Amino acid sequence: MSASTMAGSPNRAETRAIKRSPYPGWFFTPAAIIYSVLFLVPTFASLYFSLTRWTLFDSEFIGLENFAQFLREPFLIKGLINTVIYAAVTSGLKVVVGLLLAVMLTSQIVGRGYLRSVIFFPVLVSTVGVGITFTVLMHPTQGMINETLALFGIAGPGWLTDPNLALYSVALVDVWKGVGLATVIYIAGLVAIPQDYYEAARIDGATPWQNFWYVTLPLCRPATSTVITLSFIGGLRTFDLIWAMTKGGPGFASDTIASVIYKQYQAGFYGLSTAGNVVLFILIALLVVPLTMFLNRKQGHE
Amino acid sequence: MKKRTSILGGAAAIAATFVVFVIPFIFIILMAFKDRQQSALRDFSLPTGFHFWENVVEVVKTRNWMMITAFINSSIITVVSVTLLVIFAAMVGYVLARRKTRWNGLIEFLVLAGLMVPPAVVPTIWLLQGLQLFGTLHGMILIEVAYNLPFSIILYRAFVATIPRDLDEAAIIDGARPLDVFFRIVLPLLWPVTVTNIVVQSVGIFNDFTNPLYYLPGNANATVQLTLYNFQSQFSTAYNLLFTNILLITIPPLLVFMFFNRQIVAGMTAGAVKG
Repeated sequence: MSASTMAGSPNRAETRAIKRSPYPGWFFTPAAIIYSVLFLVPTFASLYFSLTRWTLFDSEFIGLENFAQFLREPFLIKGLINTVIYAAVTSGLKVVVGLLLAVMLTSQIVGRGYLRSVIFFPVLVSTVGVGITFTVLMHPTQGMINETLALFGIAGPGWLTDPNLALYSVALVDVWKGVGLATVIYIAGLVAIPQDYYEAARIDGATPWQNFWYVTLPLCRPATSTVITLSFIGGLRTFDLIWAMTKGGPGFASDTIASVIYKQYQAGFYGLSTAGNVVLFILIALLVVPLTMFLNRKQGHE
Repeated sequence: MKKRTSILGGAAAIAATFVVFVIPFIFIILMAFKDRQQSALRDFSLPTGFHFWENVVEVVKTRNWMMITAFINSSIITVVSVTLLVIFAAMVGYVLARRKTRWNGLIEFLVLAGLMVPPAVVPTIWLLQGLQLFGTLHGMILIEVAYNLPFSIILYRAFVATIPRDLDEAAIIDGARPLDVFFRIVLPLLWPVTVTNIVVQSVGIFNDFTNPLYYLPGNANATVQLTLYNFQSQFSTAYNLLFTNILLITIPPLLVFMFFNRQIVAGMTAGAVKG
């Protein structure tokens, strides 16, 4: 933002003094131009275009009709609810599993290096690749998961074909892929807890469970809030994994807002698709802002 | 006694993580070694013959060597956008950490907004079309830069704050110009966080599926993640080729993981606000 160098445009001497600043405001310019043109302008434009019927060449103002449609069509509402469920399930599981894995990995356990690598590696692998692999593994009759379950005499469910289960199956794969990141964030948080606390707890004769519940858990709250915020936003915005695994199906059973946005875009309903974007934006603002405020407030009381 | 339980626990953990995290990758590798008939069974079995090389050749040659085009496109996008990201984000992070002005609040707000707000897809396409950038590598590169700037800025700003001001102030007193100070003194000192930035952002951009899907349509512009998506329908029965493809595009992140494991973990936990 070069504006800071021009601000006010006072007399010459002062302008030159500002220009000579060793930390010039024009250092912001390249980043500011790219970010404003390609991110801010479309974001503000979306507020207008979500109120139109739009063909990219011309747009007709129709007021809140797109949003009304979003709340009228059952499959669009379904997408809205699914998005929240997906975000809640994935972030909840990542917190629980991530914390347990981190506690395990910071204890005196053999093979820590191996465990850490193995758990973290999926974070770096292509989401679509993971999605396709698990689609094959989760096939109801020929998939490896159900074939293995059959060996134990368990009839595995139709992971991705059962409308009541599909969304949760995709969420499970999301956790599989993302829990490594939650784990390393928790490890960083756990390592930062001073040993004195555990020492004091030991003198007081705390059991390992009390150690965990009254020392570890409260003191790694910053890590918890990071993991929740991060995976909750990620979950609300998720698209690639759903698209690779179910394409929102069966029917609309696992549609999320992001997949609805893509489907409406493909179908040429640009106004409706953009309204979907605005809905997603509002949803994130409505859920994440109070969530982070809540998490940080709790932290302040410690 | 304590030691024994930790060994037992370790063995159990190793076995459990092996089943959950390693077997899917072994499955990918086994599938990539099978011939078409055997892979159609989609079971966890040893390949009856060694067909890996044939599969690779077939995947690479499919659709007029699309895989090669895709690897070139993805490499160009990744290298150029990460270079721009590093320079521009370092400039912002440097000034943001060093100079307190009334713009700082606004810039910090915009950075956080960039991490949270989902990009407005269709308006972006409309804008790119207006700028003649839709469906071009240039456009894709600028999009990746715009979307990933906030994360890089956060990493840089935090790191600049740990570098003593004396270093750049000494150079300024000696009469060095701001650009010289930045490129010759500050940027080299930022090297550790630059490595983190390069590694984390390259993996992210290389693995990006959604943005090329929207902003870079057409076979000539395919990126590696999209080849997978195209292959999926084309080889709906040729699982050996599909999994060979998955294996091929997993190699670059695997190499990065092997060489830069520490930087990745450091970067992802330090700037752990990425959305």
